[in-house]
Amino acid sequence: MPEAPLPDAPVLEVAGLAKRFGALVVLDDIDFAMRGDEAIGIVGPNGAGKTTFLSVIVGAHPPSRGTIRFRGADVTRMPAADRCRRGIIRTHQVPRPFSGMTVFENVFTAATSGGGAGRDEAYQRSIESLALCGMMGVANRRADTLGLLDRKRLELARALGTNPVLLLLDEIGGGLTDAEAGALVETIRELRHRGIGIVWIEHIVHVLLQVADRLICMDAGRIIADGRPDDVMADRTVIDAYLGGGAG
Amino acid sequence: MSPLGSMRVQRWTPLSVGSVAVSVAVLVLLAFGPALFSPNVIDKLTTLFIYVLLAITWNALAGYGGLVSIGQQAFFGLGAYAAVRLTHAGMSVYPALILAAILVAAVSVPLSAFMLRLRAGEFAIGMWVVAELLHLLVNLDGLIQGETGTSLIALDAYSAVARRALTYWTALGSMTVLLVLLLVLLRSPTGAAIQAIRDSEEAAASVGVRVLTTKRVIFVVAAFGAALAGALWLSTTITFQPKTYFSVQWTAYMIFMVLVGGLGTFEGPIIGAVIFFLVGTWFGADGVWYLIGLGATALVFALFLPRGLWGWVDTRFGLRLLPVGYRVVAGREPPAVPAIQTPHIRS
Ligand SMILES: Nc1ncnc2c1ncn2[C@@H]1O[C@H](COP(=O)(O)OP(=O)(O)O)[C@@H](O)[C@H]1O
Ligand SMILES: [Mg+2]
Repeated sequence: MPEAPLPDAPVLEVAGLAKRFGALVVLDDIDFAMRGDEAIGIVGPNGAGKTTFLSVIVGAHPPSRGTIRFRGADVTRMPAADRCRRGIIRTHQVPRPFSGMTVFENVFTAATSGGGAGRDEAYQRSIESLALCGMMGVANRRADTLGLLDRKRLELARALGTNPVLLLLDEIGGGLTDAEAGALVETIRELRHRGIGIVWIEHIVHVLLQVADRLICMDAGRIIADGRPDDVMADRTVIDAYLGGGAG
Repeated sequence: MSPLGSMRVQRWTPLSVGSVAVSVAVLVLLAFGPALFSPNVIDKLTTLFIYVLLAITWNALAGYGGLVSIGQQAFFGLGAYAAVRLTHAGMSVYPALILAAILVAAVSVPLSAFMLRLRAGEFAIGMWVVAELLHLLVNLDGLIQGETGTSLIALDAYSAVARRALTYWTALGSMTVLLVLLLVLLRSPTGAAIQAIRDSEEAAASVGVRVLTTKRVIFVVAAFGAALAGALWLSTTITFQPKTYFSVQWTAYMIFMVLVGGLGTFEGPIIGAVIFFLVGTWFGADGVWYLIGLGATALVFALFLPRGLWGWVDTRFGLRLLPVGYRVVAGREPPAVPAIQTPHIRS
């Protein structure tokens, strides 16, 4: 591991990042930096490139151009598994559970692989992650028997199993009741309190704003606004992007 | 730590302790086989052990690893061929069978570098192509005399009785070693990672699983098992004809046993091997109708009981005879380590 970074040094730094799928430009020259103690919300119309942004950061897709630095090291070419072992993890917008394994085994795998935990520590961490996500009741169920909400919870629980430094959340709050959304906000606050950096993509802005202290709006592969949530929500270009994009 | 401290992870249950004890007792009893059974039974059991070997290794590859190969006859044939070569070079037969399998496992490592880059269907067919290529290469060896083949003449050094017993013990030992090896592997964190890759390669990588390395482990173990089976088969039939050994029918047998018994369960393929063995014994393992019957049965299972006999038992009753999985239960044992530490401390 590199030496501990200075408190104010960014945990994640992205410079000149671009991603094309064939002729389609999905990310267009993105510069972005965040500290490890920040909680950042990302909003933007469907198709803005939010999910792809996370995919490139964690290494699921190689960038077409640009660099990604995590905790001081250039990880642009590093395999996804190694980035996770260094502490970046994302949840999937469309959940991807390990469907033939139990809920507990899903989280345990994350704890022993990305989390680098030995057996007993992995047990403990898995149980804690499941409890934090309200999943103890289904710990022994096969993941392919879960409904959508539990699959989303499992995405979060599994991510926590890796003991992350930086947690990238992709629309885990969609379709929740007010009470469930409130519980989710409490969970994310707790994670932040433990020192985990948060990036959270969500359409339900009022939920997001209960956690985020900085808001980013993406549109057409670019960051069009970045700053205090109130300022971003009042921004003319943001309002236009939403009206033009037809999402809300 | 209030309610969490009371949760713990259970791996062994009274049932699994019992069934492992019974399995060990059966294996010990089988070890005395040559003193207890008739020559005919000894030969039959030897065949059964080889079937089990084929079934459990293909299941590890396809059922746990998601690597569906229809070319495992590549290793089966190569194992037999390597045994022929080693004994020809003067090695005594039984050590040669084992060493042959180890050599094939070694060959499978560089092969995996190419094959594991292929996805699903490409991998399945690609392995068949590899088997065909190896078949042709082996045919070029002067010692084999093309399709005429050759025999394991070194076996003549043993009397018929000694040969029968030694082959039996080697097969029993090989099966036992592979069973234990796979049980240990699949119970380990690597076993969990292997299944994660099967279920979603991208998600597995995203939680830190090193996909290629992990797949390689299971690929090499499966190659080793198939090669060992091939070498053992050679010692039961004595003759080596490339086209019999490099035939896709071996993989068809493996698929049959695993689909009927239960893909991706530990117990299933063993049951599948026993069924396959009984079917072959009662109906005669010969002829077109036999093969058609096998194919039709496998198809019926794939359609109506996709997780096989044991998969059905597992879903229906949650029964696990072998301690491969994990169960979270309420219990009084204290947790072994404190809860999540601060995330920045990692090595
Ligand atoms: N693997 C892919 N191949 C081709 N196009 C893709 C791929 N992934 C995403 N896209 C396209 O990139 C654009 C941005 O998608 P995405 O990142 O999912 O947006 P968002 O998460 O903001 O809704 C969309 O037009 C989508 O169709
Ligand atoms: Mg998205």
